[in-house]
Amino acid sequence: MRVALFVTCVNDAVYPATGIATVRLLERLGVEVDFPAGQTCCGQPQYNTGYRRETEPLVRRTAQAFQGYEYVVTPSGSCAAMVREHYPKFGETALPARTYELTEFLVDVLGVTDVGAFFPHTVTYHPTCHGLRALGLGDRPRRLLEAVKGLELRELPVAEECCGFGGTFAVKNADVSAAMGQDKARNALATGADVLCAVDNSCLMHIGGILRRQDAPQRALHIADILACTEEEPLP
Amino acid sequence: MSGTYLGMPSFPRAARDAVQDVTLRANLRHATHTIRDKRAKAVAELEDWARLREAGKQIKNHTLRHLDRYLEQLEASVTAAGGTVHWAADAAEANRIVADLVKATGQNEVVKVKSMATQEIGLNEALEAEGIAAYETDLAELIVQLGHDRPSHILVPAIHRNRGEIRDIFRKEMGSWGRAAPEGLTEAPADLAEAARLHLREKFLRAKVGVSGANFMVAETGTIVVFESEGNGRMCLTLPETLISVVGIEKVVPTWRDLEVFLQTLPRSSTAERMNPYTSMWTGTADADGPGTFHLVLLDNGRTDSLADEVGRQALRCIRCSACLNVCPVYERAGGHAYGSVYPGPIGAILSPQLRGIQSEIDASLPYASSLCGACYEVCPVAIDIPEVLVHLREKVADQGGKGHRVERAAIKAAGWVLDHPAALAAGEKAAARTRRLHPRTLPGAGPWTAARELPELPAQSFRDWWKKNRTNGKKNRT
Ligand code: SF4
Repeated sequence: MRVALFVTCVNDAVYPATGIATVRLLERLGVEVDFPAGQTCCGQPQYNTGYRRETEPLVRRTAQAFQGYEYVVTPSGSCAAMVREHYPKFGETALPARTYELTEFLVDVLGVTDVGAFFPHTVTYHPTCHGLRALGLGDRPRRLLEAVKGLELRELPVAEECCGFGGTFAVKNADVSAAMGQDKARNALATGADVLCAVDNSCLMHIGGILRRQDAPQRALHIADILACTEEEPLP
Repeated sequence: MSGTYLGMPSFPRAARDAVQDVTLRANLRHATHTIRDKRAKAVAELEDWARLREAGKQIKNHTLRHLDRYLEQLEASVTAAGGTVHWAADAAEANRIVADLVKATGQNEVVKVKSMATQEIGLNEALEAEGIAAYETDLAELIVQLGHDRPSHILVPAIHRNRGEIRDIFRKEMGSWGRAAPEGLTEAPADLAEAARLHLREKFLRAKVGVSGANFMVAETGTIVVFESEGNGRMCLTLPETLISVVGIEKVVPTWRDLEVFLQTLPRSSTAERMNPYTSMWTGTADADGPGTFHLVLLDNGRTDSLADEVGRQALRCIRCSACLNVCPVYERAGGHAYGSVYPGPIGAILSPQLRGIQSEIDASLPYASSLCGACYEVCPVAIDIPEVLVHLREKVADQGGKGHRVERAAIKAAGWVLDHPAALAAGEKAAARTRRLHPRTLPGAGPWTAARELPELPAQSFRDWWKKNRTNGKKNRT
């Protein structure tokens, strides 16, 4: 099977490790991965901030970049949600049906929950808003994590509450955003887990930034970074 | 809307104070988390919740599409039942109508049923200016009124107050409004409720005029409906000689039967009760039963304008259950006052800018007072897609330009050009990676971010570069 990787702009520039992990993981599962070079950004930040006209060309560009692929896989719940929920509003209906968030692709299309990963750490899982409500990922990410050898999953209190990132919300309403993120970080730390995990690096950039500011003994990691780990190839 | 809220600072600034108020945050957190858990249980009891929600949405959409027809039918039914209908285009007109009606009775005081519409138009203040005292009789509204405060929640206007604060307000203020608080009043809920009961009873028995809002109006019968929990509303609705109800035009439903949907969804969504304790319904007037005179003031105040907006009009489906406030993480931290309107929380963020326009600083900031997490949409019993309307209103604010938005659009345009040229993007990423050791920990413009969080460290190479080095044309070329 051949899929196109939509790495997303944040992963491309700031979290390349997550893109690399996604490639390693998919290849390990026998999937051939392409990276169409014409891709840039799905347009979510522009769209959510109220710049619809400026979003339009990015919708066209993204749709064009992924033309001809049966499956487009992205390690980002919120970018998948942008494509699926909002692209039809721009008249783009083909791409949404072919776009999958990574855990969705693993569980629904490949039909695996045990991806053969090894990660000997305690982990708590934060279901991000777009993954939870817009995509309806349900327990897919948790099932994947539970099947990882050596991994101990810890329940996150008030898990379904937003972490307060919200794209430009983090800057436009910095105080409320920080208060929400600090509560999320406190709940995550209360689990005593080594790692806080999610399907979205943008939320993790926010919560992880707060954890680091507090010198907290917890690391924020994308689920792809965990699922890619094996005994032979541990976390880089 | 109410003059009380004019000149409010924008949401981010108003929220900053709330975020730093430890007591307020604790009060709000406790109250919203308790009610949201209860609501979830009450809703889960109904197997057909999804269908009830869809039915509520459809009834409201249908009514809004034919609003003119149903309002005319309502007017005819109310008139036939012995009531009088008045039409008010805006707050000033509604206030003038009510003041004149009260004056015509020769009275200078009224008792009030809790009502969002009268708060929206600032009726109490307008009556006060005419020498008429308006007494709130809902317990929470009484607390707000006695505390010279503003409501901060649709259903629980005093949600931001704890018991100790309420006792202090009662002790200090009750005497100047009527019956004073009993000696040695404690902060036990039963004591507080009893003090309020005694204080209010005096008002109910004396008042000749009652003022209410309504949850629903039935076009086919001319029936007005109020849902409440305390029974104080029923006293206001039945004891006075004259009853004046001020109701937003969007509250009409076509038939009596339509109420069966909302009688199930509203109480469960708002108070997590299977049924609300008091449902009062009145149709015009009846001999020797209830008020002898009934006036219905139908309030527009911006509603037909938002009806003209295809995306925004869904906000008019709102049945004011406040479920969206209770699940909103932003409301929980910012508190109701930060929204600068009688409608706080997610619904306030989309309703106020539609009713008042987006010219003022506070109204232009409200569409951004959300992280778009979607929790409000998920709980809304009439399925208002609040995030969709927020983004729609953001487009209008961004289009209007003004403070910050011109610069923002220029920046977004510039970024858009880069994002439309992958080669330029790759070059930019390369340059950023090459100079990453030189980046200060607090980048210019990243102030709001770095105040509370660390910036992520930039990687040595982008994914794009890694791919070029390690994979080409989908083939591995490991080095
Ligand atoms: S928007 Fe929906 S959830 Fe919020 S108060 Fe109105 S009806 Fe209730």
